Amino acid sequence: MRVYFDYNATTPLAPEVVEAVVAATRDLFGNASSVHHFGQAAKAAMDESRSAVAALINADPSEIVFTSGGTEADNLAIRGAAEALEPTGRRHLVAGAIEHEAVLNTLKALARRGWRTTLVPVDQSGVISPDSVRRAITDDTALVSVMHANNEIGTIQPIAALAAIAHERGALMHTDAVQSAGKIPVDVRALGVDLLALSAHKFNGPKGAGVLWVRRGTRMQPLLTGGKHERNRRAGTENVAAIVGLGVAARLAVSKMGVEPARVASLRDRLEAAILQQVPGTTVNGARDARVPNTTNISFDRVEAESLLIALDLEGVAVSTGSACSSGTLEPSHVLRAMGLPAHRTQNSLRFSLGLFSTEEEVDRVAALLPGLVGKLRALTRKPGVQTVGRT
Amino acid sequence: MRIVVAMSGGVDSSAAAALLAEQGHDVIGLSMQLYDASKEAGGQRSFGSCCSLDDLHDARRVAAAIHIPHYVMNFERQFTEHVVSNFVREYAAGRTPLPCAHCNSDLKFATLADRALTFGADAVATGHYARVERDEATGRSLLKRAVDPAKDQTYFLFSLTQDQLARARFPVGDWPKDAVREYARRRGLPVADKPDSQEICFIPDHDYASFVASHAPGAAREGDIVDQDGRVLGRHGGIHRFTVGQRKGLGLSSSSTGAPMYVLALRPAERAVVVGPKASLEQTRLTASGVNWIVEVPVGARRVAAQIRHRHPAAPATVRGTGEGGAEVLFDTPQLAITPGQAVVFYDGDVVVGGGWID
Repeated sequence: MRVYFDYNATTPLAPEVVEAVVAATRDLFGNASSVHHFGQAAKAAMDESRSAVAALINADPSEIVFTSGGTEADNLAIRGAAEALEPTGRRHLVAGAIEHEAVLNTLKALARRGWRTTLVPVDQSGVISPDSVRRAITDDTALVSVMHANNEIGTIQPIAALAAIAHERGALMHTDAVQSAGKIPVDVRALGVDLLALSAHKFNGPKGAGVLWVRRGTRMQPLLTGGKHERNRRAGTENVAAIVGLGVAARLAVSKMGVEPARVASLRDRLEAAILQQVPGTTVNGARDARVPNTTNISFDRVEAESLLIALDLEGVAVSTGSACSSGTLEPSHVLRAMGLPAHRTQNSLRFSLGLFSTEEEVDRVAALLPGLVGKLRALTRKPGVQTVGRT
Repeated sequence: MRIVVAMSGGVDSSAAAALLAEQGHDVIGLSMQLYDASKEAGGQRSFGSCCSLDDLHDARRVAAAIHIPHYVMNFERQFTEHVVSNFVREYAAGRTPLPCAHCNSDLKFATLADRALTFGADAVATGHYARVERDEATGRSLLKRAVDPAKDQTYFLFSLTQDQLARARFPVGDWPKDAVREYARRRGLPVADKPDSQEICFIPDHDYASFVASHAPGAAREGDIVDQDGRVLGRHGGIHRFTVGQRKGLGLSSSSTGAPMYVLALRPAERAVVVGPKASLEQTRLTASGVNWIVEVPVGARRVAAQIRHRHPAAPATVRGTGEGGAEVLFDTPQLAITPGQAVVFYDGDVVVGGGWID
């Protein structure tokens, strides 16, 4: 039995999503822009998805722009708003220090083109304070971008308060909700933001489908220019089957929002408690109260996270050391670093992220495995089995 | 048996992994990310510039083809500490380093082998052309030349300890290279026809001098080219550009020197390159340090065949331990261009007796 506890990297597809995607791939091959029957069928299926996603985040369907995923949605939000606001003289962008690379590297790219950028620090709990955002904003700030929930530690940011601060100074507010949408209630009106990004494959939908929600009336320039798709906001023939899958996943998330977050939270808490209790030298990274219900990030004292990850994989348990996008690099997590964790803790931390198909049995299996694996790794770290020879 | 295979993405380590898997072992592929070539080009990344990533990609494809788990571990820090810094330091000190030997004893059979232990592996295999055998009489692990003499790589493995050899496996060492390629083809490995790597992996453009100069700017200072009597014959752009036995790049015309001139020695303290005629390159004696004995440490003198560089045909010699990891080697006949920094490896037939670093 393999255990998949890496839902923040991506999720398995819900069976009804698979069915819908397969059926759409086969039956809805028409180009949604075509006038004829085939085009109309594709267009209707997309509109159905648009409504489903709008319902997930309390938006109007006309405000939904389909993209290829979360990264494109973040790019469109930041670059699209920046380009639209450039003529107003605003040349400054603000983002959180623990944002996903999709945001951080987009800011870097714009910085190379003359934009000033400010990264807002986080405290040790992994939360951005409204005061620090207030200090970062200037009169020429065009956009503030802060993620709703962090991908590595799961902390939820006070987006509504931050949006109010941004708006006081006439700046737009974008939030990357890729790790919260589908997991917890997300309401664009309550959050008070102007732009919000989400991605289907983080909540049991297919890869290749994401959304940028754009508050009606927000000025935006498209990233991709071409045809008049998505009301001139995103050119290119739509990935209809993936968009259909996104819609089904969104409906599923809405239908389960009353019970699933609490169920997953109890599993996560069971795992976390077992690890803290049975494995000496373990600490949870980041705030434990304001978190998405599926995520825990744990430091294992005197253990190289990479080795523990591989040892777990060889036992059939899939977890990660941080974001999937940065694994393999072994660069210390920028999130844990920004939280001010000492260097060794940025390299001994594992992320366990659960989801729709996680079970108590799986939690207990992982909890039972860890003490032995960690103990073995620590024993080997103390006395290396191989001595090196040769000159220095 | 659970065996970790160090997979470079080349045909030899790929075939090694496939062989062990076919024999029914529980094989885990590990690839080491050692350097990022795209960083060397002044930090300006361009698409597809990192050859190292191509090799990792090949290793991953092979692992998928033979259905074994595969992981990439980042050893950039350890590689820089143990291999690259030694390489730069040696050139700057007027010596000619042998980075592959350091990579074997200080990285593959050290850092990587330590990780392998943590995954419950009993052995570490590589694609080296060499053989390991257990000597029942002494209980020691013996390192022996590969079956294919043209591909033998024991010269780069002399510094492995008994602990390291006890857990080392060289599955292709029993095979000629052609047979390894043929096996890889038969198994449908996607790297079956990939050319052998030739250059030092972290300097894909072969430009050692620029690499050393950029990592040790102090080494790139000009100095004099002198003859054996100390007469100045010309100027040079830094001793790191030269190796003993080198003829090219001196900028001396043979009409002025009377005969072709070769580098005889490098003197870092005076930043001098000493040159002379070919006959002066011949020597019958060398001393070595950091000597590793794979067989039991000899008492007194021992007759061996001593090899002083990768492509050197081992020559009859007498070796004698001089204490504290030192050895003195007396060749029966003079040898050309004994080069400080290279290894001298002692053989008794196919068996590696030991080896050390030429002073």
